[in-house]
Amino acid sequence: MSAVVMARRRRPVRPARVGLHAFLMVMAALWLFPLLWAVYTSLRPIGDTIKHGFVSWPGTINLENYVNAWTQADLPHFYLNTLIVTIPGVILTLAVASMVAFAVSRFKWRFSLFVLLMFTAGNLLPPQVIIVPLFWLYQWVPMPITDNGLLLYDQFIGVILIHVVFQLGFSIFVLSSYMRTLSQEIIDSALVDGASVFRIWWSVIVPLCRPALAALATLLFTWIYNDFFWALVLMSTGAKRPITSALNNLQAEFFINYNLLAAGAVLAAIPTVLVFVALQRQFIRGLTLGATKG
Amino acid sequence: MLYKGRRRRFSLTTGGDKLVLALMVGIPVAFDVILIWGPTLASIGLSLTNWRGIGPVTGDNFVGLHNYKILFTQYLLFWPAVAHNLFWLAFFLGIATPLGILIAVLLDREIRGSRIYQNVFFLPVVISLAVVGFIWELQYAPSDGFINSVIGLTGHQSGIDWLGDPRINIWAVLVAASWRHVGYIMILYLAGLKSVDPTLREAAAIDGANAGQTFFRVVFPAMAPINVVIVVVTIIESLRAFDIAYIINHGTNGLELLSTLITNNSISEANLVGFGSAIAVVLLVISLGPIVFYLSRVSREAA
Repeated sequence: MSAVVMARRRRPVRPARVGLHAFLMVMAALWLFPLLWAVYTSLRPIGDTIKHGFVSWPGTINLENYVNAWTQADLPHFYLNTLIVTIPGVILTLAVASMVAFAVSRFKWRFSLFVLLMFTAGNLLPPQVIIVPLFWLYQWVPMPITDNGLLLYDQFIGVILIHVVFQLGFSIFVLSSYMRTLSQEIIDSALVDGASVFRIWWSVIVPLCRPALAALATLLFTWIYNDFFWALVLMSTGAKRPITSALNNLQAEFFINYNLLAAGAVLAAIPTVLVFVALQRQFIRGLTLGATKG
Repeated sequence: MLYKGRRRRFSLTTGGDKLVLALMVGIPVAFDVILIWGPTLASIGLSLTNWRGIGPVTGDNFVGLHNYKILFTQYLLFWPAVAHNLFWLAFFLGIATPLGILIAVLLDREIRGSRIYQNVFFLPVVISLAVVGFIWELQYAPSDGFINSVIGLTGHQSGIDWLGDPRINIWAVLVAASWRHVGYIMILYLAGLKSVDPTLREAAAIDGANAGQTFFRVVFPAMAPINVVIVVVTIIESLRAFDIAYIINHGTNGLELLSTLITNNSISEANLVGFGSAIAVVLLVISLGPIVFYLSRVSREAA
């Protein structure tokens, strides 16, 4: 009796609400599990899992696998490779995309829509559609001063270049729709003051687009960091490949040390997870800028 | 809210400004043509040859549609690869994408911990597909993986080889790929839901509609633009599928996809450049459907 009164006095607990939370909790647990399992496995020495099995309470927990993955797979070296590609890739993409978007969105000229569609369509193609000719094109462009006599193939510059050109599509698309929302008066007054187009781009447009640029930067960092395909095909020297490829070095032919592999996978995932945790709002804004205005 | 009014655009006076603008657009366009659209057309050209990557391409290399004939009638891996890409699409469109939409709709209500749930579901999206492959190997491995260990504990000693058995490995991979896809769709859809005019829902509530009716009759139709984006994203992701399959077994033995066939034929010791290009053209033709559909909508809205 009193329970009924209590329930009425408070807000009634509807069964639908309880079911909703139960569903979400179960799903969230399922979603987190593979990650937590990787972390758990990575913290157990291989001897411990051989003795007790993988699904067991741990006898020992330590960072041995991390130390081994770090040194055995030479991970610092591959992190560096990834950074050499990712940082210039992000900066160049944003600089070039903001120029094209500026020209497409704020000026009236004949082919502006065509250019916008061309870049966007290129970004939607599966990379494998273009890879065969691209592979041979990369092998044809000479450059005497490099180690292999080629400018693009098996060179960081080649991988950076294809990332920039491929990612331009999405960035131009997002930035041009963002720039359309800027007030024309600001640009007009800069023009009246006699500013050149380049000056307007750099001193007016780029600062005004800072929120969109920041959002795109986090996305581009993640996408270029996570690339596996371009580096796989366009880099032949294993030691030049990025961290996403380096994990293969931890997979021996006949015997797979899953504890070591787990540590490698966790280490490779950490940078983008940290970027997401630190810059969630930028991250999500970037994605939604691309999707809601379309 | 989308602003569709015509905006004033200014015309330029100085020639220097025009030159700067021409360079700002012209150089990136040149790179886009050389590295994306040129190779796209070259794929079509190479698909008509038997070139194997040695020496220049000459008239002697021209074989007409021979590669396509072999591909459609004799190459044993082609139709399985097409089927696997279609499974991928069907699994995403039928299960992963609706699940992402469902979670977005549930999280869009005022719910305690909505932010935390969002982050949990989105977390796999920021992880490289190559790493996702390794993370799921820990679940699927035949003797050391979590799933078989647990099944073993309940008394079945079958020892399913989730990633090695060609009858089931595509589905195991699809579960791993969906783990990432659901969060992606959820975030896109949540953004769309936030942009739906709240008065629409209030009106529906006043008219006595329940949650299901409000969603299917009011919110869903109002989200037509985002629905298009989500369908296009799902199709493109299914056609692009490559990394996970390649990490697991280079896209062989039950995990053949059009993307892995292209790479394995053309960028390998086999060097079947012409043949691989024919597969690339098939992938291109399939991809053009959703791309053209999407762009025609975009350009209608931009006009």
